[in-house]
Amino acid sequence: MVEQSIGKSVLRKEDLRFITGNGRYTGDIDLRGQTHGYFVRSPYAHAVVGEVDTSEARSMPGVVAILTGKQVAEDELGGLPCGWMIHSKDGSEMKQPLHPVMAATKVNYVGEPVALVVADSFDEAKNAAEHVSVDYEELPAVVSTAAAQSGPDIYAEAPGNTCYQWELGEKAATDAAIEGAAHVTRYSLTNNRLIPNALEPRAAIADFNRGTEELTLYTTSQNPHLARLILTAFVQIAPEHKLRIIAPDVGGGFGSKIFVYSEETALAWASMKLGVAIKWTAERSESFLADAHGRDHVSDAELAMDEEGNFLALRVKTTANMGAYLSTFASAVPTYLYGTLLAGQYKTPNIYVEVDSVFTNTAPVDAYRGAGRPEATFLVERIVDLAAKELGVDPAELRRKNMIQPADFPYQTPVALEYDIGDYEVSLNKALEMADYAGFANRKADSEANGKLRGIGLSCYIEACGLAPSALAGALGAGVGLWESGEVRVNPTGSVTVLTGTHSHGQGHETTFAQLVASRFGISVDDVEVVHGDTGKMDFGLGTYGSRSLSVGGSALSVAADKVVEKGRKIAAHLLEGDVDNIDFEDGEFRLKESNRSKTFQEIAFAAYVPHDYPIEELEPGLAEKAFYDPVNFTYPAGTHICEVEIDPETGVTEITKFTAVDDFGTIINPMIVEGQVHGGVAQGIGQAMLEQCVYDESGQLQTGSFMDYCMPRADDLPNFTVGMTTTVCTHNPVGAKGCGEAGAIGSPPAIINAITDAVGVRDISMPATPEKVWRAIQEQRA
Amino acid sequence: MSISVQLNVNGKSVKLDCPANTTLVDLIRERLELTGTHVGCDTSQCGACTVHLNGRAVKSCTILAAQCEGAEVTTIEGLGDTDNLHPMQEAFRECHGLQCGFCTPGMIMSAVDLVHREPSINERVIREGLEGNICRCTGYHNIVLAVESAAKKMRN
Amino acid sequence: MYDFNYHKPDSIDEAVQLFLGAEDGIYLAGGHTLLPSMKQRLAAPTDLIDLAGIDSLSGIEDVGADLEIGALTAHDEVATSSVVQSGIPALAELASLIGDAQVRNRGTIGGSVSNSDPAADYPAGVLGLGAEIVTNKRTIAADDFFTAMFETALEEGELLTKIKFPKPESAAYVKFPNPASRYATVGVFIALTGSGVRVAITGAAPSVFRSTDMEKALNSEFSVEALEGITLDAGEMNSDLHATAEYRAHLCTVMAKRAVLKLL
Repeated sequence: MVEQSIGKSVLRKEDLRFITGNGRYTGDIDLRGQTHGYFVRSPYAHAVVGEVDTSEARSMPGVVAILTGKQVAEDELGGLPCGWMIHSKDGSEMKQPLHPVMAATKVNYVGEPVALVVADSFDEAKNAAEHVSVDYEELPAVVSTAAAQSGPDIYAEAPGNTCYQWELGEKAATDAAIEGAAHVTRYSLTNNRLIPNALEPRAAIADFNRGTEELTLYTTSQNPHLARLILTAFVQIAPEHKLRIIAPDVGGGFGSKIFVYSEETALAWASMKLGVAIKWTAERSESFLADAHGRDHVSDAELAMDEEGNFLALRVKTTANMGAYLSTFASAVPTYLYGTLLAGQYKTPNIYVEVDSVFTNTAPVDAYRGAGRPEATFLVERIVDLAAKELGVDPAELRRKNMIQPADFPYQTPVALEYDIGDYEVSLNKALEMADYAGFANRKADSEANGKLRGIGLSCYIEACGLAPSALAGALGAGVGLWESGEVRVNPTGSVTVLTGTHSHGQGHETTFAQLVASRFGISVDDVEVVHGDTGKMDFGLGTYGSRSLSVGGSALSVAADKVVEKGRKIAAHLLEGDVDNIDFEDGEFRLKESNRSKTFQEIAFAAYVPHDYPIEELEPGLAEKAFYDPVNFTYPAGTHICEVEIDPETGVTEITKFTAVDDFGTIINPMIVEGQVHGGVAQGIGQAMLEQCVYDESGQLQTGSFMDYCMPRADDLPNFTVGMTTTVCTHNPVGAKGCGEAGAIGSPPAIINAITDAVGVRDISMPATPEKVWRAIQEQRA
Repeated sequence: MSISVQLNVNGKSVKLDCPANTTLVDLIRERLELTGTHVGCDTSQCGACTVHLNGRAVKSCTILAAQCEGAEVTTIEGLGDTDNLHPMQEAFRECHGLQCGFCTPGMIMSAVDLVHREPSINERVIREGLEGNICRCTGYHNIVLAVESAAKKMRN
Repeated sequence: MYDFNYHKPDSIDEAVQLFLGAEDGIYLAGGHTLLPSMKQRLAAPTDLIDLAGIDSLSGIEDVGADLEIGALTAHDEVATSSVVQSGIPALAELASLIGDAQVRNRGTIGGSVSNSDPAADYPAGVLGLGAEIVTNKRTIAADDFFTAMFETALEEGELLTKIKFPKPESAAYVKFPNPASRYATVGVFIALTGSGVRVAITGAAPSVFRSTDMEKALNSEFSVEALEGITLDAGEMNSDLHATAEYRAHLCTVMAKRAVLKLL
């Protein structure tokens, strides 16, 4: 009997290749005869594109071809679409200006591709690109999120640079509740713009075979099928059955590799046009300019309470920056992934949110780890903290008082979601204990004795993962389904090949999914191989984002595995000469009840493929099953994060002395991997709260265009993390899992800012709370 | 200008001609096809390209192949293979010190040099010693544990 | 990076001749400033003259009153040298704070000092200790060497060969690193020498400089309190994304106090 591995920290199957240098990322692949692409990018944030003179560049050594945005227009390629239609409160559709594969007539952000140089080597392509001469007529740039609506219009079809004006919740009831409230806490905030910076820069190789007319695109994608759908149905590069997209090992995504970008699209088009394979690997400088950025909200919020501190209403007005174009899922981020989360863990009866999304002359902004939910959580958990300070009550107690209780589930929030299950107070209590909240006063006194400031901050977050169900999402504007596919192929020898439509780029699916399937069949994890990331191999799938892979993709696999067991029982009934209802499957054996007769999983697999003694009239041979799983609801991971900081008042340097995260992710397959996801998410949350900030100057030039200026968290910036788990099992998927990929980045930023403001004794310090900002706040507070 | 360079990579003598502007990482990846060494930035910050040059960790994106004449270079492929893992490779796996794997080869090469040069290894030494390597996935927590664990094995 | 001619001379004379004969030559030491700027195509020399073949440019020597450090000596060699650790421990510490481990294994003192980056660490040590910069032609006092941002007294083709650091009675370096690049936002080097206290500050202004106000105060009373109330003129300071001039001015005093504290 093989040991059951669910809930065990099985070491990762994928690691052996990565620790020995045998990973195979897109940039590691070279094709025979391949050429290299380099993009000519706009140096201006906003300019009319005049003549593009490629004559000099074309004659340079090694140059194969130079293709421009004007040729894209001549070939009538479709624009890059946004996959979620948002309707404004007046019922009108969001404005979606053409997002060209390469700009032909006007550029709208620094770094926008204008031409593609194809040459025999990377250096030759880059050298020639410098000699492509583009006439630009510079226009005034719109950069600021807050002021975008009063800037000059970037697009005639989007007056006031407004993409949409969306609302959710009951306005009149919320206004009335605020009007009559005993206490209203007000808070204005900026959620700082971030640059995802997965460590592997984006890359692609497009390889068109004139003989088969098949185009193979290797690319750094979190969802290759979705990329294929967009490139075929919208951009109309190639028919779907002639386009194969392979996303091999991918070096981190965090959302930024969900989207279909100009570069791989242009490469695919150029490869078909020229009949050569073309490779492009972004230099990090290009990643900074042209990867989709994240966050970038400006908000005003009001939280109304009665005399006892019971929340009565929350009113929010947010302006969200979309950048120059609507990226693949950009429109959904500040709406259905943000406004719907404003209830948090609390029984706030009235919530109303308005979101204006605006265009600016900056890189497109789209989902980045958490996507909308960190912005919602930051707003809620900061304003709740401010309310506690204003009321003079313990922030933990004010939260506890307003929390949704276990008896309240399923709980319908005033902002569309129905939470299925949770026990928020259990997580809060466990976090308070693990963080030694009770001992804080003593530690603060010790710090003060040493001339240091000490603060503690909480954040009780909730998120909605596994975006679903498809029909609801469709009704809300989604352009795609939100189910997932899975296939479980039992091989004749009893080993198993698992195919999933999700994509692993650090999350460890090759191990987690193997554990899930191996446990179901009672076989060893080593006998299960997980295959993903190739449209030529598996069924259509939606990919990996929004912490959906286990709860949706794992559920598909669970259903497929059940089907395998069902078929196995039928085969076993035949072989054991019993009734199928009397066949049990347990620990890898099909047993005939009330007998000592049984068949192993491997014996059944063999019988299925070598059907010599087989119920062939009733049952097809073979043992492979598929499932397409469409969830009935979102999942709702939740928990409490507590941050404790010590500050050097002379410099403002802030050290996180302890960071505690207690999360409820439902059923956990591999605790080691889950804790790793929490660590990584919290690190990115600390990055947002203390270090990272994307800055454009007034003319739209990116000021933080390299790791020299964009401050990435390094090993010596971060503490060790204290991680705990609580569990309420998701009620509506067969795995019971809720998802764990984004929680760290969602829960942590408000806990950190709450801790820092607590230490300094000020109302607010904006993110990132750099040493200078903290120092200035201390000066202000002392003045 | 073309130059001729002779060096030793992972125990094998290599002699080749290349343009003078070839970096060590280009030589390793493009000419020797050792793709375990990665490039994650263009400003010598991220450390994904870290290899050992004459036994010390260096950023191979910021060294010319020409500067490596006569040198001994070790890449992740030369540190240990799947049948014979270096204790640092083993520890990264055991401690879940990697997720997407892209920074991992450089991180491991830096960590090995760190253990070799630092007389005493503790959390602070590891965190400061790895400041030249950026990991976006792990939050470094498990990397620190891996290096602590490997250091013990390497010293035994 | 663009193509260039690569040379690896054996002697200083040959190196200088190659430089003078080149259309746009440049010396290559560790390359940790030069190569990144060439990769970014911000520098495009026609000829690189690699100094690594000139043995006389490397090494650390204790010559009694001075430490002599060859131009090609890597930061890590300085940081871990027992000669430096016992002769001028603050200089070893300064070297240990430059960049990161990989950078310290390749970057050189001569390269750093010749480049005169306003945020580099070494200039603070060189100026703070009142070192002498020895070239193929002459010896230049540190006080005369750093002339402006990225500019020094070195003439066209003049090659820094070694730096002579007089051993102080004691010295300390305290750095406030830029959180992203790890260069110095502010770095203060304080040395107690036979001729008084020297205070050199890097990172804060367009070029490393001595704070005469701080020196005067510390010469009259070497204490943390002596620096109380001394605030450098923010008008003279750099201001960027990471620190405003006002904050830098403040940090100069704080770092200076901390350096003094280390010396008490």
